[in-house]
Amino acid sequence: MQVKEALLKYGSTPDKLIGAMLGYQRNTPCNYLSEDDIREFAKETGLPLSRVHSVASFYSLLSTKPRGKYIIQVCYDVPCYVNDSVNVVKDLENKLRTTMGHTTDDGMFTLEYSSCLGCCDKAPVMQIGDKLYGNLNSEKISEILSAYRRNKNE
Amino acid sequence: MNMINVKINNRQVSVPEGTSILNAAKKTGVTIPNLCYHPDQEVKANCRVCVVEVEGARTLQASCATECKEGMIIRTNTNRVRNARKTVIELLLANHDMNCTACKKNNNCSLQEIAANIGVRESRFTNVVRNQEIDTSSPAIERNQNKCIKCGRCIQMCAEVQGLSILDYIGRSDDVEVKPAYGWYLGDVACVACGQCSVVCPVAAITEKEDIEEVWEAINNPAKTVIVQTAPAVRVSLGEEFGMEPGEIVTGKMVASLRTLGFDSVFDTDFTADLTIIEEGHELLQRIKEGGTLPMLTSCSPGWINFIEQYYPELLPHLSTCKSPQQMFGALAKGYYAGKIGKKPEDIFSVSIMPCTAKKFEADRDEMKVDGKNADVDVVLTTRELGKMLKQAGVDFNKLEEEDYDAPFGLSTGAGVIFGATGGVMEAALRTVYEVVTGETLESLDFNMVRGLEGIKEAEVDLAGTIVKVAVAHSLSNARKVMELIKSGKAEYAFIEIMCCPGGCIGGGGQPLGGTDELRLKRIDAIYRADKGLPLRKSHENPAVKQLYDEFLEKPLGEKSHHLLHTHYKNRKK
Amino acid sequence: MSNDTLSKKLLTSRFGKIKADSIDDYVSTGGYSVFKKALSMSGDDIISEIKTSGLKGRGGAGFPTGLKMDSVKQAEGTPKYIICNADEGEPGNFKDRLLMENDPHQIIEGMIISAFATGTNHGYIFIRGEYIKSIRTIEIALEQARVKGYLGDNILDTGFDFDIVVHTGGGSYVCGEEFALLVSIEGKSGRATYKPPFPTTCGLYNKPTQINNVETFCNIPHIMDMGGEEFSKIGTDSSKGTKLVCLSGNVVKPGLYEVPLGTTIRSIIDDLGGGVPNNREIKMVQLGGASGPVIPKSMLDLKLCVKEMNGNDLSFGSGAIIVMDERIRVLDILKRIIEFFRHESCGKCTPCREGLTQMLILLNRFIEGTATKQDLALLDVLIETMGQASICGLGQAAPTAIKKVLKYFPEEFEGRIHSMDSVTV
Repeated sequence: MQVKEALLKYGSTPDKLIGAMLGYQRNTPCNYLSEDDIREFAKETGLPLSRVHSVASFYSLLSTKPRGKYIIQVCYDVPCYVNDSVNVVKDLENKLRTTMGHTTDDGMFTLEYSSCLGCCDKAPVMQIGDKLYGNLNSEKISEILSAYRRNKNE
Repeated sequence: MNMINVKINNRQVSVPEGTSILNAAKKTGVTIPNLCYHPDQEVKANCRVCVVEVEGARTLQASCATECKEGMIIRTNTNRVRNARKTVIELLLANHDMNCTACKKNNNCSLQEIAANIGVRESRFTNVVRNQEIDTSSPAIERNQNKCIKCGRCIQMCAEVQGLSILDYIGRSDDVEVKPAYGWYLGDVACVACGQCSVVCPVAAITEKEDIEEVWEAINNPAKTVIVQTAPAVRVSLGEEFGMEPGEIVTGKMVASLRTLGFDSVFDTDFTADLTIIEEGHELLQRIKEGGTLPMLTSCSPGWINFIEQYYPELLPHLSTCKSPQQMFGALAKGYYAGKIGKKPEDIFSVSIMPCTAKKFEADRDEMKVDGKNADVDVVLTTRELGKMLKQAGVDFNKLEEEDYDAPFGLSTGAGVIFGATGGVMEAALRTVYEVVTGETLESLDFNMVRGLEGIKEAEVDLAGTIVKVAVAHSLSNARKVMELIKSGKAEYAFIEIMCCPGGCIGGGGQPLGGTDELRLKRIDAIYRADKGLPLRKSHENPAVKQLYDEFLEKPLGEKSHHLLHTHYKNRKK
Repeated sequence: MSNDTLSKKLLTSRFGKIKADSIDDYVSTGGYSVFKKALSMSGDDIISEIKTSGLKGRGGAGFPTGLKMDSVKQAEGTPKYIICNADEGEPGNFKDRLLMENDPHQIIEGMIISAFATGTNHGYIFIRGEYIKSIRTIEIALEQARVKGYLGDNILDTGFDFDIVVHTGGGSYVCGEEFALLVSIEGKSGRATYKPPFPTTCGLYNKPTQINNVETFCNIPHIMDMGGEEFSKIGTDSSKGTKLVCLSGNVVKPGLYEVPLGTTIRSIIDDLGGGVPNNREIKMVQLGGASGPVIPKSMLDLKLCVKEMNGNDLSFGSGAIIVMDERIRVLDILKRIIEFFRHESCGKCTPCREGLTQMLILLNRFIEGTATKQDLALLDVLIETMGQASICGLGQAAPTAIKKVLKYFPEEFEGRIHSMDSVTV
């Protein structure tokens, strides 16, 4: 998707900026907005470059740095915390051989802490893309990761 | 106008509807400390220093953001308020490079002043400042992230007044920073070095580059003849650096102070301002007669030149090819005056005192080297820097006796001094052009329709039957409007004066701090008083300028003029 | 007490019984019949009904909804706006997500009735960006409503125009705060701004705006259906109606429960939630979410009722209940809470931006056992300053949990003060 297409789809007036950037970012291979993208958004909306970059840097779901194909958001807030989210983090870091805030070597997964994902009755929870996974344990995590890896190979 | 009655610290006071608690308190003789508040900007209410108690409110209220309502009971100094205010200041200091003694704004810093006034003796919190490298990439301005209090005054100034939005908040929470996009260096973005951000910064996060030491070196070098020129705007503002009221004309004291510092000759930029009018006036008439590019745009404001080169390079042909008075002076100093006093150009060290930070950039341009090697103007000092330099030398400015400029470049007319105000260049040009074209003397020298703080002003002049339309714009957001008018073919003007800074040069980025319309109006008033007080008020009547043409330049737009007094511009679109 | 008498299904009555993406299912269970009735009433009469019901905002602030609607109706300035705040980011809360995913038309119907009553033609549903399923479900529902003529121009030939647009949040808890929300809808960073003026007179684009939580709008059709008088019989004197309670943490049956207001916390945890797994003891319970107070188990007989809560200097906020058992380390929980706020603070005002960083530094000292008495005093100073001088609710409420721990579990701090006198051999 081109920036122009995203603006056509989501609207190109200043109030549609966040939605357009989210929609556009979802379709990029590295889940982020490059400098060229930010410049393009500024040019097409008529907003100053500093403002577009400021908005992109403010919101957690927008990234100005390249990330993996799949973003794994691990909830770390109290309901998940008291249900062992610490171990979810440790497990993921072990299995993916990377640390929170970083991307796996093969560029598949990026691990991120997330604020509450609104799924506290199934704590501990993580979200990958638009799918929520709850009641996690080590086994389930392995299954989920394998499924994503299989998806890529198909 | 509805009046509202409120009680502040048990004192009744009546204020117009819509007045903030902050301004109402002033009426009772109380200045509530504040940092992010600026009278000409949108209320931000983020520093939280100005909080007060309002009876009935659960939390403390920001006095800058709260309007007085009938019957409000306000207390500005209860323990609850004082403790909150102190804690807020301590929190700011905890994320601040607290080395005041070594700071450029020592003794001239709002945060320091408030901390001292409210009795902060320490910051009880852990200092978390991240010790970032200072951005010295711009020739004119320095950014020190370790001093920033995130008030956002600079952001608003750059976005609203200058229409450039170079700076904005990046990130969130305690990662928030005020920087250009991506944290780029100022020298790498399309900043125009106008320094308006530095004029409103309450601390030392954005300051002008200091070049004072270089000047001291030159003055103490017996091999150098050090000359100085002073811009029109400086003489109506320098006094503020020494506690005088804004709008005091201090020309004589200023000249005396420069001699005290050790300059060999003290000259006046107003002289070359008169010269600019002769050159530019003839250039305009030539374009009108020969069908040259119109409207013609003035070219003496380097912040404006930076703007058009970076943002509208396609309109460069509209610019007058005249150098600014500062640079005309520099070219004459090295290319004419040196020979006149039997010196080599490289023996002359030429300093200018300017209300402007962008002049530092202008002096450094490759085009501003008449001999192709050495800058025509070696160092530019802003009004603020001159104030500092005089303090360094222990000069008691207020006690100085008035002195006169040196010849030959010390004589100027009222038309030269009004360059300092928005509309001044236009008025000066009209005073001359009118008489040159019609052969008649102007009845009144005051072109009031081009004076004042309105963003874009228009006027019509009858030049021997031809109606010529002119326009005047100040601050870059208005300059942009004019550019768009020209691009759309709707600009039916022959001549447009554009000043980068609000109010013109008296509102320049190197002027005494504040950046309020109140200050600008007082300085503008002084400019026109200075004009009225001079015996000669038209550039073409300046005998020293006439002599220069007779002895050296020969004629306006002649070969010597083209070599020394005219320039060309570059497409620098980023 | 049996679950049947404890819970009362009003807003959740259709959960599991209809398909969320079927407007026909909604209509066949009585949906959209109420709004048709409302369209023949006057705005003042509708608002009067809401006032009689005693409905208060369900997002946490608890402002009387009827009063809010009245303010917007009376306010000068057009166009007016109505915004459904679905930026559910308060940790421990998932009721709005479930409402959107299971019964989206209930929200839409509530908004249409409110808009009609206040004379508003433009609506927004602000959904947090992470709730992708909710966004899809709501967008489908809106389109279905348009096709049926329940949204758009000249709705059912009444001359009333109204439509709703979805706005997606970019990932920022603070955008759930009214003013940050408005700024976000304008496409800017969600930095809260000062008030007054309030959104009812000066909201989106400086026009009168009604902002209410998802759950609040869901109540509207039920109130109009049964009548305000009947609705007001549910709950207590100061808290009318039902409350969607999100129960989570260390409980056997975490989940969403709809109970009449006035139900005790203990009965929700024990009778509905099945108590704590492995018969462990409850250490503390947090009410409302991360910005809410924590209480010891001795206070669990308190009712979810404004009067009773206020009387104990407490608030139940949006109704979440997070149970923490004896295994937890209280200071670790507090650290998690403050780190959440530090991550979500917009960074605009000094007390919140700098205060949260300093609070974390102090907390760490208590956790490491290196804190002094001065640190305890400084913590008090921070709590006071943030609560008093922050611009918005985030900064003001962030220290709530710490404040309550200092009150109910003082030993957690006092017991960790490093004493120069103590000698470890």
